[in-house]
Amino acid sequence: MANMAQAIRMALHYAEENLGVTDIFGEDVGAPLGGVFTCTQGLKTAWNSPLDERGIIGTAMGLAMAGNRPVAEIQFCDYIYNTIDLLKLAGNTHWATNGDWAMPMVVRTPVGSGIRGSLYHSHSFDATMTHIPGWKIVMPSTPLDAYGLLISACQDPNPVMFLEPKALLRVKGEERIPGEPEDDRALSKMIDAPLGDRSQWKPQWPTLEAFAVPIGKGKVVREGTQATVISYGRTMPLCIKAAAQLAEEGLSVEVIDLRSLWPYDWELIKASVQKTGRVLYVNEDTEVTNFGEHLVRRTVEELFYSLLAPPRLVAGKFIPGIGLADALEMASVPQQNDITTALRNLCREQP
Amino acid sequence: MSRPRLIKENSAPLSLAREQLIRIHDLMVKARVLEERLIQMYKQGHGYFWIGGPGEEAFNVPLGMLMKVGEGPAYDYLHAHYRQSATLLAMGEEPIGALRQMKNTATDPYSGGRNFAGHFSRRSKNIAPVTSPIEVQYAIAPGTAMAQKRHGGDAITIVTGGDAGTAEGDFASCLIWSSRPANPLPILIIVTNNKWGISTTSDGQHGETNISDRARAFNIQAKTINGNDPVESYQELQAAMEYVRKERKPFFIEARVSRLYGHSSASGANFVNEEQDCLRLFEARLEQEGVLDRKQMDDVRNRYTEELAAAARTVRDEPQPSGDSIWEHIYAEKK
Ligand SMILES: Cc1ncc(C[n+]2csc(CCOP(=O)(O)OP(=O)(O)O)c2C)c(N)n1
Repeated sequence: MANMAQAIRMALHYAEENLGVTDIFGEDVGAPLGGVFTCTQGLKTAWNSPLDERGIIGTAMGLAMAGNRPVAEIQFCDYIYNTIDLLKLAGNTHWATNGDWAMPMVVRTPVGSGIRGSLYHSHSFDATMTHIPGWKIVMPSTPLDAYGLLISACQDPNPVMFLEPKALLRVKGEERIPGEPEDDRALSKMIDAPLGDRSQWKPQWPTLEAFAVPIGKGKVVREGTQATVISYGRTMPLCIKAAAQLAEEGLSVEVIDLRSLWPYDWELIKASVQKTGRVLYVNEDTEVTNFGEHLVRRTVEELFYSLLAPPRLVAGKFIPGIGLADALEMASVPQQNDITTALRNLCREQP
Repeated sequence: MSRPRLIKENSAPLSLAREQLIRIHDLMVKARVLEERLIQMYKQGHGYFWIGGPGEEAFNVPLGMLMKVGEGPAYDYLHAHYRQSATLLAMGEEPIGALRQMKNTATDPYSGGRNFAGHFSRRSKNIAPVTSPIEVQYAIAPGTAMAQKRHGGDAITIVTGGDAGTAEGDFASCLIWSSRPANPLPILIIVTNNKWGISTTSDGQHGETNISDRARAFNIQAKTINGNDPVESYQELQAAMEYVRKERKPFFIEARVSRLYGHSSASGANFVNEEQDCLRLFEARLEQEGVLDRKQMDDVRNRYTEELAAAARTVRDEPQPSGDSIWEHIYAEKK
C-alpha cells in the first residue's frame, strides 16, 4: 500500500490532470528533490520558489485571485509563522469584500513531532490555524484520507490548509488508493524518484480515480460503548492502539478520527459522546489555548447532561520547544502510554 | 514639514493633446472634491476614520487612465494602497461608492460596510482588495502577474505602496519574485514617495538616495519621476507600461508626491500649506498655456462639489448593514 507521501503525490498528480491545479510550489518542491519529504516528486507543475515564505503565500493568493489553482508548500510549519497576517488576509478576503473575491488556494505543510526535529522541526500548527477564520483546515492520519482530503481541498473555492503529520508520511496505509497497483514495490518503481541523477527520470503514474473525502466529515475508526477518544494526525494511530489494548482489559473505547479541524464534524462527536458519556481529546499541540480546549468547552456546554465524567484533554506540554534528546521529545508530546493511561482512568471514573 | 524635492521643475510645456489635459484636469478635480467631501463627512461624524490621497492626483489619475480595465488575466490587475481614489475614478468608478464606504452603509460597493475608507476592491475591474497591513500587496502581486504571463496577451500587474512601507520584507519579496531570470514577470512596481510614514520622516529611514535605486540590484529598470506633474506622470507611466506589456518584464517607478492632508484622520486631516499642491500647479499651467481659463476650471469644481454634496445626502439615508450579516460570505460557495 502507498505511504502518505506517495498518496499526497498521487492526489496532486490527479489534481494537476483533472482539477486545474496550475502551480505546485515552495522551497525545493520542484526537481530535483521534489520536496524534503518527497511529496512532490515528478509532478509536472512543481517548481522551486525563492526561500521566502511570505512570497510563497502571497504569490499563491495572487494566483488564486487570477483564477488559477495553486498548491503552495511551506517546508515545515515552524516556518509558516512569519506569514500569519497573510494567512489572516487569505481567510478574510471573501468576507472583507462582501463576497466579491474568493481565494481558492491550498497550502500544505508538515506538522508535529516524530522525526526528532528538535525546536524548529517539531511544531504543531492546529491551534494557531484554527484561530484564523475563513480557512478550511484538514489533517489526515492515513494515506487514503490524505489522498481524498487533498482532492477535496483542490476542489474547494476557499483557502484550505492541509496539515501533514510528518511522523506518518512514511507509514504505509491499510487501504488501497483507487487505482494504485497491488504490489507496493511496483508502485515505488513507478512513482518514487531514483537516487542520484534524476534528470532523465519521469514518473509512470497509475491510472488514478477520483476519490474525495469530504471536508468536515470525521470517521469512526473503532466502535465502543464506554468512552470516546477523538484525535487527528500523529496521535491518531496511538489512540487506535490504546483502544485495542484497553479492549483486552475489558474496556470498550470508541475511536474517532476528526480528519477536518474546520469545519469539524460536531454531529459525529455529539452522537458518540451521548452514547459513551466519556470523552478524551488528544493532540500534540501545546495545551494552553489548544484546539482541544475548544472541543472540551463545547462538550461541556452542549453535552453536560450526557456526561458521566469530565471531558479530558491530552496534549503537548506548554513549553517553548521540543528538545532534541529522545527523552525530551517523549516527555513533551503525548506518547502511547499517556493516552492509554488517560483513557483507562477516564473509563474507571465514576460520577 | 519639508517640501518634497522635485526632480524637475514644472516648466516644460504641456506636451499632451488638449482633450487629454482637460480629461486629466477633470478627474483630478473630481478626486480632490471627493476626498474633501470624505474629510468633511468624517469631521461631521458621518464616518469613523478617513484616509485617502489628496495630493497624489497628478500621478494616480494618469495611472488609472492608462490601465486596461476589465476582469480576469486578460486585463490589468491593480494592487493598490489606500491613497488611490483618483486611480479608481479614472478607472470608471463612481465617487458615491467611496462615500458609501465612509458611511459604512450596506450599499458600500467595496465591502458592504465592513472596511475603512479608501479600502477599495472590485473584482469586475481587477482591483484587488486594499488591505490595512501595508505592503502585503507587494507579496501578492507576483501571483497575478504570473497568471497573466501564462495567459498570454499584454495585460500587466500594477502594485503601489508608500515609501515608508518599503522597509517591509514584502517589498523585497516583490523585487525578488518579479525578476527571477527563469521567470521575469509583467509587473509595474510603483512607490509613491510622499517622504512620510505617518509622522516619521524619510531621512530617518532611507539610506538609499532614491528608492528606485533598489531595483538596480535586481536588474529591474527603474525611474524616479515627479508625481506632482500629471504630464510627466502620464508620459513616464505610458512608457513604463508599454515596456512591461511588451517585454513581459518588471519596471519600477518611484513617484515623488505630496501629502496634502497629513496621514489620515488620526493626524487631524487638515490642509498642509507647506506641501506642493499638484492641482494648483497644474491649473496655473493650464491657464498660462490657454488650455482652460479660471472660470472653466471653477465651473468644474463647483459642479463636482454640488454632485458630491447631493451624493452625501443620498448616502445619509441609506441603511446600515444588519448585525446578522456578519455571518455572510465567510466562505465562498461551490459554483
Ligand atoms: C504592517 C503595518 N504596520 C503598521 C501599520 C500602521 N500604518 C498605517 S500607514 C503607516 C505609514 C505608511 O507610510 P507609507 O508606506 O510611506 O505610506 P503613506 O501612508 O505615506 O502613503 C503605518 C505605519 C500598518 N497599517 N501596517
